[in-house]
Amino acid sequence: MRFLFKTAYQQDIRLFKHGGQAFWYSALGLALLAAPFVLPDYWVSQLNFIWIYSIVSVGLMILVGFTGQVSIGHAAFLAMGAYTEAYLQGHGWPFALSLTFSALVAGITGVIVGLPALRVKGMYLAIATMAFGFIVEEGIARADSITGGNAGRMLGSLEVFGIPIDSELRMYFLTLIVLALVVLGVMNLLRSPTGRAFVAIRDSEISAQSMGINLARYKTIAFALSAAITGLAGALYAHKLRFLSPDQFTFLQSIELLIILVVGGVGSIYGAIFGAAFWIVVQQLIVLAKDWLPPAIGQQTGLQPTIFGLILVAFVLFEPMGLYGRWLKVRTFFQLFPFYRKGMFRRQKSYMKSERLK
Amino acid sequence: MKPLLTANNLSVQFGGLKAVNNVSFEVWPNEVFSLIGPNGAGKTTIFNLISGLYRPTSGFVTFEGEKISHLAPYEIARLGIARTFQNIELFEHATVLQNLLVGRHCHRHTNWFQDLLFTPRVRQTELQFRRTVEEVIEFLELQHYRDSMVAGLPYGVRKVVELGRALSMRPKLLLLDEPSSGLNVEETEDMGFWIEDIKHDLGITVIMVEHDMGLVSRVSDRVFALNQGEELALGTAAEVQAHPAVVEAYLGGADG
Amino acid sequence: MLQFLQLIASGVAQGCIYGLIALGFVLIYKATETVNFAQGDLMMVGGFLGLTGTLALGLPFWAAFVAALAVMFFFGMALERAVLRPLLGQPAFTVVMATIGVGFLARGLVTMIPEWGTDTHVLPVPYKDEIVQVGGLVLSMEHLVVIAVTALLILGLYLLFKHTRIGIAMQATSQNQLAAFYMGIPVRRINMLIWGISAAVSACAGLLLAPITFVHANMGFIGLKAFPAAVVGGFGSIPGALVGGLIIGIVETLAGFYLPEGFKDIAAYIVVLVMLAVKPNGLFGENLRKKV
Repeated sequence: MRFLFKTAYQQDIRLFKHGGQAFWYSALGLALLAAPFVLPDYWVSQLNFIWIYSIVSVGLMILVGFTGQVSIGHAAFLAMGAYTEAYLQGHGWPFALSLTFSALVAGITGVIVGLPALRVKGMYLAIATMAFGFIVEEGIARADSITGGNAGRMLGSLEVFGIPIDSELRMYFLTLIVLALVVLGVMNLLRSPTGRAFVAIRDSEISAQSMGINLARYKTIAFALSAAITGLAGALYAHKLRFLSPDQFTFLQSIELLIILVVGGVGSIYGAIFGAAFWIVVQQLIVLAKDWLPPAIGQQTGLQPTIFGLILVAFVLFEPMGLYGRWLKVRTFFQLFPFYRKGMFRRQKSYMKSERLK
Repeated sequence: MKPLLTANNLSVQFGGLKAVNNVSFEVWPNEVFSLIGPNGAGKTTIFNLISGLYRPTSGFVTFEGEKISHLAPYEIARLGIARTFQNIELFEHATVLQNLLVGRHCHRHTNWFQDLLFTPRVRQTELQFRRTVEEVIEFLELQHYRDSMVAGLPYGVRKVVELGRALSMRPKLLLLDEPSSGLNVEETEDMGFWIEDIKHDLGITVIMVEHDMGLVSRVSDRVFALNQGEELALGTAAEVQAHPAVVEAYLGGADG
Repeated sequence: MLQFLQLIASGVAQGCIYGLIALGFVLIYKATETVNFAQGDLMMVGGFLGLTGTLALGLPFWAAFVAALAVMFFFGMALERAVLRPLLGQPAFTVVMATIGVGFLARGLVTMIPEWGTDTHVLPVPYKDEIVQVGGLVLSMEHLVVIAVTALLILGLYLLFKHTRIGIAMQATSQNQLAAFYMGIPVRRINMLIWGISAAVSACAGLLLAPITFVHANMGFIGLKAFPAAVVGGFGSIPGALVGGLIIGIVETLAGFYLPEGFKDIAAYIVVLVMLAVKPNGLFGENLRKKV
């Protein structure tokens, strides 16, 4: 077990709380830098998906996990980012500029979608975001001239500051750098007044405003940031796929993003990344399993939704803190060994808490 | 001397119910002003009117000579009015330290973009905030709970944390809604000391809603008694307690 | 004019379907404050059960109809017991995610059942392709049956809630679970019953919709349009659900006819956004404030 002796207020502000953490994160960083050189191309490609999904889920986590505003229309922001990038790249914009612009367009859309959040919350807000998601989906299919409509739209090859991103290896570093910057930014937010305001709104709007927090302003910031980060991921996603069509940005996609959060663990950045990694790995496993299983089961089209459903229900019922929660438990077990008690993380039983009141 | 806060013919109506009816009072700087009355007298409603959660149907509130009844709750908080809640409204899934730091929110001078980059200015403000909050932690003897999650704390401690969060604002006026409810005798005793210290050492004006007459008599400079949204009596604790209208409101009429 | 009336009539029929699914949401929401994202999928399962009843078991249509409702009633109760009850008191978001999981499961498992699978099926009904003429108006029997059965069902539910002991206990539970519990109302059993009724109501919607749109594993997605219906009506209101459903149904039908292609599918969502901007509590919603 590690005892921390705090001698300066700075210590609580630092990103790494102690030397051990700094050591392990450096080790992780090195491993991540070495990974694409060691792994086969196929796995590097999957890692790229993990990084892109991690960016999306960190973005969604700001909104759902930290500010407590549910969005079931996040695929729309992903689409906004992706199509803006595709369009601008098609018009010869340099990547740095078009990427920024994609995030910006998604962020501004986020502000608009966030407008209902200023008046309604909970389920009403969720349904408003869902409605918005459907409208964007339809809009993409109809706006042929910009999006290519249902036929889809191809992207040209990507070049960043003169370096052609023509291999999975290069894509790996591009996505990893963006993810690292996003995570750093979000961690900065969380250790500063803005992040605390988000958490305050999540836990009690009444006392948040009595502490001087402007609810409308911070909800709007949360929506804008969340959407902008998702848009950023969308732009990368567009280049990863090289081909965009409306059926990549559906309601089900939005739901999958939420599932990632639940599986990873709502309310932590680790959770967002764990969830994204788990999600991509499970999809690969399903693909692999199809060849292994007897065809009567393996060839069922219903296999994927069934497994997704099982995973989701199982997590909600048995590990509501998600993979991150599981990790915490395992770590605590070893730290406290042999004094870990089974009930340490048990959920409090409570009666229904009404959220109908505002 | 000018009053810090005034309520002027304040009324609020919910449907047909007059929760507060034509109430006026003045609160002077550096006094402890208590609101008492039976349940449903409109005490908490007056708090909600002051802190902007309700809009008065008629009448208005002034703070430091300015009308504040049209302001949003967060704007009122920024003027220097902090409050606690009857049933504790803490940020449950955050640590005590984080809860207290939220209390400093009004005093921030960085925006979200600077926060995103964690500029040196943000770091500097954070350290300043921390120093102020540590003073509050020391004042309320919360050192032991600094890094605990609020959700796991006992009721008495949460009550103190909520007081601490309000104090972290360094407010000019503190509204305490039933500071002793749910506390045992010893904790109530502590609360009494703290309220006295808040007045004497920190120089903060306090308006308090309270049922425990022992605590009220001990700390209040003046007491305002209400029943069914209307003023009954105003004076020192002893005067108000002896007032026939107050006796009647609490014990029922002489013939009833 | 005649054409307009014709559109309204089919809009009303479509709206009844939305209204029934919305009713399913509202029943559960009122009682447990859970929004059931699997409502549309329960409807789909109901449709398939009707299919099995008529085709595989050879029951007459209305017998199969009633049997499907009964099966779904017990299925709904079992679902509550297995998945929802362990989550009592958890944040709404958690519970909603559980229902989304149930929806995925239902969609996936249905395709694995032999005879059901991924194909599109036709549910044979005795009133297929019949037409009733009123004045110049041509009404299809399928639409009329939808309207009639919806009306009957609403009447039945109304009587249940207003005049039976159990119905009043349900009302009490939906107003304040804890108080109801202290008054000796078996809250858990009531919740289970509500889930049962809600599942049966959805199954009813599925069986009525089947002759109009066929039965297939993804027919549950139509349930998503019942959300706007429920919001427009005010999420906690039973008459609101029906009125909301009718509004969405009519607007959608009219949009499909008068507006350019594409608007039909999003009309419901535009209506709900407008509603949230103008009157967030819906037509019949209650406005409650948290007390501090």
